[in-house]
Amino acid sequence: MSASSLRIALVGNPNCGKTALFNLLTGGRQKVANYAGVTVERKEGRFMAPSGRLLQILDLPGTYSLEANSPDEQITRDICAGTFPGEAVPDLIVCVADATNLRLHLRFVLEVKRLGRPVVLALNMMDTARSRGIVIDVPELSRRLGLPVVETVAVKRGGAQALIERVDGEVPAAAPRQPDDAADRADLHAQVRELLTATVTMPRVTAEIDDALDRWTLHPVFGLAILAVVMFLVFQAVYSLGKPMTDAIGDGFGWLGAHVAAWMPAGPLQSLVNDGLFGGLGTVLGFLPEILVLFFFIIVLEESGYLPRAAFLLDRLMLSVGLTGRSFIPLLSSFACAIPGIMGTRSITDPRDRLTTILIAPLMTCSARLPVYALLIGAFIPIHYVFGVFNLQGLVLFALYLAGILGAMLVGWVMKHIRRDKSEHALMMELPSYRLPKLRDVAIGLYERGMIFLRRLTGVILGLTVLMWFLSTFPGAPEGATRPAIEYSFAGYIGRALQYVFAPIGFNWQISLALIPAFAARETAVAALATVYLVGGESGGLGQALAGQIPLASALSLLVWFAYAPQCMSTLAIIKRETDSWRNVAISFGYMFVMAYTASFIVYQVTRALT
Amino acid sequence: MRTILVWIPPVRLSELPKGALAVVERVLDAHAADPIAQRLRDLGFVDGEPVRVVAVGPMGGDPVLIQIGFTRFALRRAEAARVSVRAEVAA
Repeated sequence: MSASSLRIALVGNPNCGKTALFNLLTGGRQKVANYAGVTVERKEGRFMAPSGRLLQILDLPGTYSLEANSPDEQITRDICAGTFPGEAVPDLIVCVADATNLRLHLRFVLEVKRLGRPVVLALNMMDTARSRGIVIDVPELSRRLGLPVVETVAVKRGGAQALIERVDGEVPAAAPRQPDDAADRADLHAQVRELLTATVTMPRVTAEIDDALDRWTLHPVFGLAILAVVMFLVFQAVYSLGKPMTDAIGDGFGWLGAHVAAWMPAGPLQSLVNDGLFGGLGTVLGFLPEILVLFFFIIVLEESGYLPRAAFLLDRLMLSVGLTGRSFIPLLSSFACAIPGIMGTRSITDPRDRLTTILIAPLMTCSARLPVYALLIGAFIPIHYVFGVFNLQGLVLFALYLAGILGAMLVGWVMKHIRRDKSEHALMMELPSYRLPKLRDVAIGLYERGMIFLRRLTGVILGLTVLMWFLSTFPGAPEGATRPAIEYSFAGYIGRALQYVFAPIGFNWQISLALIPAFAARETAVAALATVYLVGGESGGLGQALAGQIPLASALSLLVWFAYAPQCMSTLAIIKRETDSWRNVAISFGYMFVMAYTASFIVYQVTRALT
Repeated sequence: MRTILVWIPPVRLSELPKGALAVVERVLDAHAADPIAQRLRDLGFVDGEPVRVVAVGPMGGDPVLIQIGFTRFALRRAEAARVSVRAEVAA
């Protein structure tokens, strides 16, 4: 450590407002990465103290105890103890405690103090504590704890002033290190009770507003109704705000590509710039609005305290298929797009539950499948009313959504039974007080998610898009060719080779060919089919062309294929990024391929037998 | 109406109905070195701590929401079954 810089580790229970405090201290100057060798997020920020000293702050994962039960808790334990390989020992530990929840949080403070390192206690949310009539004798608490104690209000400008002044001063002396054994651990609770009796006056144990809201939000009937309304509004927003922006970005890049291409001589380079580069950028950046809109709501729901309530309501249902209540929101997000859904699994603390959620998220029917569904349903399913009210086309679309959900439940259930680790994984989830989300925290959270997507994924997806472009463009059509150029390309050859694989599920070589660009983005299957069937862009014409050339059995089989197939390489790329494992990418690709193939095979053969 | 505290034998937290008040006796390990039981103790489920069943889940009454100290924890029934409590009954 140099005299001009100080390493500070921020620790605390979940929901102590630690991250809000971190945001207040560091503003946007944060670096988000992973700890070496694990997929636990590492957040570091820095700021210049008034004395001119550089303060480097590490926001450690929140934990209730140094007796770690999960990888993120182990990191907090090891860094506090100074034993984590590759991380410098912090010069000072700032332990953050929620002033309205000291019964729980002070125990952890005592546990951290026993490590024998310099510790400062930040009593956070002092404003809420005061408004609830909670009186804390801070000097007495500090004296009894033997630690410097400062008051903070993480959600107010200047709310960390006392903390900054304290850490900028002299590093406090460390308490003597104490050994850890079971008898001592029980003793900590007794010490907390003593401290509370001596220093804290609490008019009532809960906030009235929490009790009032929970009566409704956790109600067996109204609670579920409120959840349904909230989710409905989120989806409305994704489609009415995100979707138009996504389309605008796609169109914008299409326009830009066409204009740039107009300046270039015709040839492969022009095609690369127009179709490969701009087309690819349009696809990649097109994901961004939906991701940001979805994450806006996920962060607001999380910050407000509603997310754990939703998890509480749905835990039993999710548990029956090997998941947890916390899986619900990421899975629901996956109906818009699996990418934010998979990124959203970070709110699931248990690694096993998180992996299961990531693996089944792509089975949720995302919005990119809709153009394909719309095309095939419009072409092959007659507008026929069942029982006089239900449109058969609508029923088929509903069945496809249902197929995705039931498939996901089946996979979750199977994974629950075949995994080696069958141990009980706990819920033990705190339902924190309701809070109004702060603009700064939402903005920083959104910025981080957006940057993760852009930085880590743009390269991969763009590269693969260009590869797909290359496969569908080269080699070019020979002189005097009468068929579309794509038939002479590598994709054409691969499509023809693939038809032998896909013949048992009823795909001809044209469909097999269309599956190749669809791997870049599902909706491009429509354009690819249009190209090989020699029709213009409007889908009405394509629908008629398809209906004339593809049997019903193949069309149904293709619909089912799209429900389950391992498609969209962006999803596979995000699985790699979030789990840091090619094995998981291979598992998701493999199981979805087998599932799609089996389901399509059954649908194709059964339909053929019946028609 | 008078409230009388009557001694009744310890029961498990998972057996209490919604709204019930109780006092924790101890957390029992479901198996040797049970991390869930240890975490429950760390969360404050220790002898003498008052608890209240605030809400139960809509499906099969699982999970249960427990008020302990100033905090509310959602526990699955299997987790709550580790906590042995003395129920306080209003007579």
